[in-house]
Order: sequence, then structure tokens, then C-alpha cells
Amino acid sequence: MDKVNVRTGDVVIWLLLLAAPYWLPLSGGYVELGSRVLILALAAMALNFLLGYTGVLSFGHAAYFGLGAYGTAIVMKYYVESTPLAIAFGVVLGTVAAAIIGPFIARLRGVYFAMCTIAFGQVFYFIAFQWRDFTGGDDGLSAWHRAPINFGFATLDILNNNISFYYFALAFFAAAVAIMAFLLRSPFGRTLLAIRENERRARFLGIPVDRHIWMSWVISCAFVSLAGALYALLNDFVDPRALRWDQSGNFVIMAVLGGMRNFWGPLIGAAIFIVLQDYISSHTENWMSFVGLIFMLVVLFFPRGVLGLVKRRATS
Amino acid sequence: MGTLLFFNVFNGLIIGAFYAMMALGLSLILNLSGVINFAHGGFLAIGAYIAYMLIPYIGFWGALIVAPVLTAILGLAVERSLIRRLYGRDPLYSLLLTFGLSFIIEDGTRFIWGAQGLQYQVPIWLQSPLSNELFFLTGYRVFMVGMVGVMVLALFLILNYTRLGLRIRAGTLDLETVSVLGVNVRILRNLNFGLGIYMAGLAGVLAAGMLGLQPTIGDSLIMPSFISIIIGGLGSLPGTLLGGLLIGVASGITTVYLPQASEAVMYVMMAAVLLVRPRGLFGEEGRF
Repeated sequence: MDKVNVRTGDVVIWLLLLAAPYWLPLSGGYVELGSRVLILALAAMALNFLLGYTGVLSFGHAAYFGLGAYGTAIVMKYYVESTPLAIAFGVVLGTVAAAIIGPFIARLRGVYFAMCTIAFGQVFYFIAFQWRDFTGGDDGLSAWHRAPINFGFATLDILNNNISFYYFALAFFAAAVAIMAFLLRSPFGRTLLAIRENERRARFLGIPVDRHIWMSWVISCAFVSLAGALYALLNDFVDPRALRWDQSGNFVIMAVLGGMRNFWGPLIGAAIFIVLQDYISSHTENWMSFVGLIFMLVVLFFPRGVLGLVKRRATS
Repeated sequence: MGTLLFFNVFNGLIIGAFYAMMALGLSLILNLSGVINFAHGGFLAIGAYIAYMLIPYIGFWGALIVAPVLTAILGLAVERSLIRRLYGRDPLYSLLLTFGLSFIIEDGTRFIWGAQGLQYQVPIWLQSPLSNELFFLTGYRVFMVGMVGVMVLALFLILNYTRLGLRIRAGTLDLETVSVLGVNVRILRNLNFGLGIYMAGLAGVLAAGMLGLQPTIGDSLIMPSFISIIIGGLGSLPGTLLGGLLIGVASGITTVYLPQASEAVMYVMMAAVLLVRPRGLFGEEGRF
């Protein structure tokens, strides 16, 4: 593929995202659905930084997503009603937790890495579940809401105006995506690719592989916790399901469904998965079976994802 | 205090025995096929529900024998039709497949048998306490520990003294060579998967007699099973067994002194093991 082609794709995606609040209602969607796709796509893209570009299989990202969400909700509910501060605290909480867990798992590989990330992720689930007085236990944290943002000269009413919130989330999404794209093009990102392609060779070249995996893990978790913070604001609510392992599975399937080897893959995957989930859960009580079926069909028939399929068509 | 401690240690041993039984099945499948079977908890639930259906006709003892076999047959079918396709591919895919499968099983059992808890009758003579002082030692609990012991013993006999067991152990070390030596690896993996699921089914029948029966019965057991494997070390079945018993007893003891932390202590142990010995207590060096 030549460069011009890739650029066109980027431009089309950004235009679609920018105009989403206007074309979504026309196509039977609603603005909140757009915000949800955007936020979960950010989580899936952040996961893919680790999964697709470093080649490390994490199944515990929901923990850091949930920590971002809980951090945000806790600041809003108990301390100050300031959206930026709440987001900052959520991101710091998730990132610090990931940085601490990192050294335990950075030496592990493959299924072993996956198992340990799941198990460590559950720690935070249990904390959220058991610490009733502070986290609300099973019921979660409700009875708080996001606060409008005051710039001094103007106020962005993200509380009452869905469209404002969408653009608020899009700004964070754009910044995060830009940083990730920049990192992947930097020597650091190339090193991660080298580790993915051939770890032994990377080691022979003197690259400190474990430290790179730790760094990639922390970066990935930082952006996932940003997504979690935005998710809490979107719902004005957070509960332990946000950090359970099935949520981690959802992120992984979004990345795989869209195509892990493509930068935009997880966005496409998130859009398809969330729209399907939204449709199924409003039509049947047995939505779990259908979601499970989606997992199995993707694995058996679209292991390269939608974009992988398109790309193969284009090249052959 | 002494009795309380004894009670909780014993309780921890029972729970640990369950963790171990589930983890041994998971470990068998993981070691030979490199598949983390997320649906293991689902198969456990299926075993329990099959037993629930059979008990009115063939009684508890009949169900104890038949239900795990039926579960294992289902496991063989699942392996043949779905999981087999993913061997040799990125472990990500088998993880996602069994993940989806666990959703379907949980939803399916809820659809068929309902979400509310069900009870089934264990023989009356097993329900009564052994003595007045040790009121918590019901026959059923002692029986369960015994059953798990027998099961583990049988597993180790199978692995050490039968041709199938020999091949499973050899395949764990080097599947390619086993295949070259003329063993049908497809059948071997299939049987091995069935053996793992058999253990899940048996654990299900036993657990439901104590915990009651609901579609999510396996959920509370799957994470501790992972931890058992991690602590014991990948590739080592004795390690898995020890890991399960260890975290069971540890969380039992913690219940006495700090009940809120009974769950957390397992994760602390896992973290400690990973820090000091990343391959687990009995894991082989460089396996993962």
C-alpha cells in the first residue's frame, strides 16, 4: 500500500468521527452510543498498543480501565466536583497501579502472562467489591455527576449537552491516539515491533526486553485508565463490572474483531461490537449467548479481523 | 480459638481440594495443548446440573459416577469440533474461544435450569456431624476430602502407570517427538481434554452438594484455580495440587484473624511467588 492511500484512510476516519453527532441520529443511532464507541475504542486501541504492537497478551486490562473509572468517580463524589481533576486522578491511579504490577509480570510470556494479568486484575475487582463504605461494593458509585468545564472565558456544558460531551471525549481520544501513533513511529515503537517479531534477536541486539515490555504495559494501561475515566463520566456511574475479567475479554475481542495488526482496527472492532451488543441486548434476554457466539465466530472465521480481511482482498 | 482455627483450617483444606481438582484439570489441558480453558467453570456447572437431573432416577451415587462421564463426553465433543482447530495458533485465539464458550454455557444453564439456586439431596447419613464436639465435620465434608484424595491418587496412577498417562507426560515435554514416534497426537489431546473435563465435572457434582447449585457456581472457583497453577508452576501437576491446597488453607487461616483479607491472601501469595520465583514453585525453567 502506498502512503497516499493510508493518509486518505486517516482523513476519512477523522472526518467521520468529527461529524458523528450529526450523521449518527440519521442512521438510527444516538449521540451517547457514539461517545461509548469512542471511549471503548480508545480502551481497545490502548490495549492493542501492547497486544498488536508489542505482541504481549494481556487479559487484565479491565482492571486499569476500572481503576481510572473509580478514581474519577471517587474524586467527583467525595472530594471536588472538578472534571479535569477527577480525570487526572483516575489516570494517575490506573497508571501507578500498572507500574507497580508491571515488574511482577514483565518477565513472563504467552499464556503465562495472560493468566497472571487476569489474576492480578481480579485483585482490584475484589477491592472494589468488598470495600463497601468507600466504593459502594456491588452497587457501585452513583449519585454524582460530571461537572461542566469552566475555561474562564467560556463554559463547556458537558453535563446537559450530549454533543458537547462527545466532542470533549473526542478531544481526549485524538490526543491519546496521536501520542500512541507518535510513539509507534519513534525508535521506541520500532523497538517494540522488533520485540514482537523476534524477541530473541532483539535480546541479542542488547535491547532490554523486559524493561521495554514494562514500559509498553504502563503506557497501554495509562491510556486504558483514561478511557475508564471518560467511561465513568459518560455514565455518571461506575460499578465493579467495569473491572471484571469479562470486560478485559471485551477489549481483546474488539481489537481482534477490527484487526490487531492495523492501527485503526480496534476502533472498527469497537464500533461493530458495541452496536451489535446494543442491538442484541435490547432484543433478547439471552444476550450473553450471542456475545459468546460473536467471540467464537470471530476466532474461527475472522481471526485477522475486518481490516485484515479487507487488506488481504486488496493485496491479492 | 483452637477449635475455630481447626475448623477454618479444615474448611480451607476442603476449598483448597476443590481449587486443586479444578486446577489439575486446567493444568492437564494447558500443559499438553497450551490452551487456557476459560470454560472450565462452565463445565463444572454442567456436571453439577447433570447430576441434579439424574439424582431422582439413579440416586446420588449413580449420579456421582455417571454425571462426570457425561460431562467428559461433552468435553470430547467440544474439543473435536471447536478447540482442535486452534492448536498451533496464537494462544490468544483459544483463550477467546473458551471465553465465548463460557458465556454461552453460563447463559445456557441459566436458560435451561433458571437463575435461582437449586438444592439436591446428598444421602442422609452423610449430612450428620461426626461428633458433637466437632459439629462442623459433617460426613459430607470428610467424604469430599476423601473423594478428592482418591481422585488425585487415581490421576497420578493413570499418569504414571498407563500408556495414556505416559504419552500425556511425554507430550507435555515434547509433543513433536511423541508425534514422530507414531502416537496419534490428535486423539491424545482429545482424551487429555476429556480427562480434564471429567475432573471438572466431578468437582461440580461434589461442590454442588455443599455450595448449592447455580449457573455461576464455577465463577468463584476459576480464579483461585489460576492462582494454584501460577503458584505451583506451569507444567507441574504436583505443583498445581500443592498450590491449590496451600491457598485454600492460607485463606482458611486468614478467615480467623482477618476475614476481609481471606480472598486477598491468595493474590499476595501469588505476587510473592512471582517475585521470588517467576516460574512457580515446581515450574520448569524457560517453559514460558
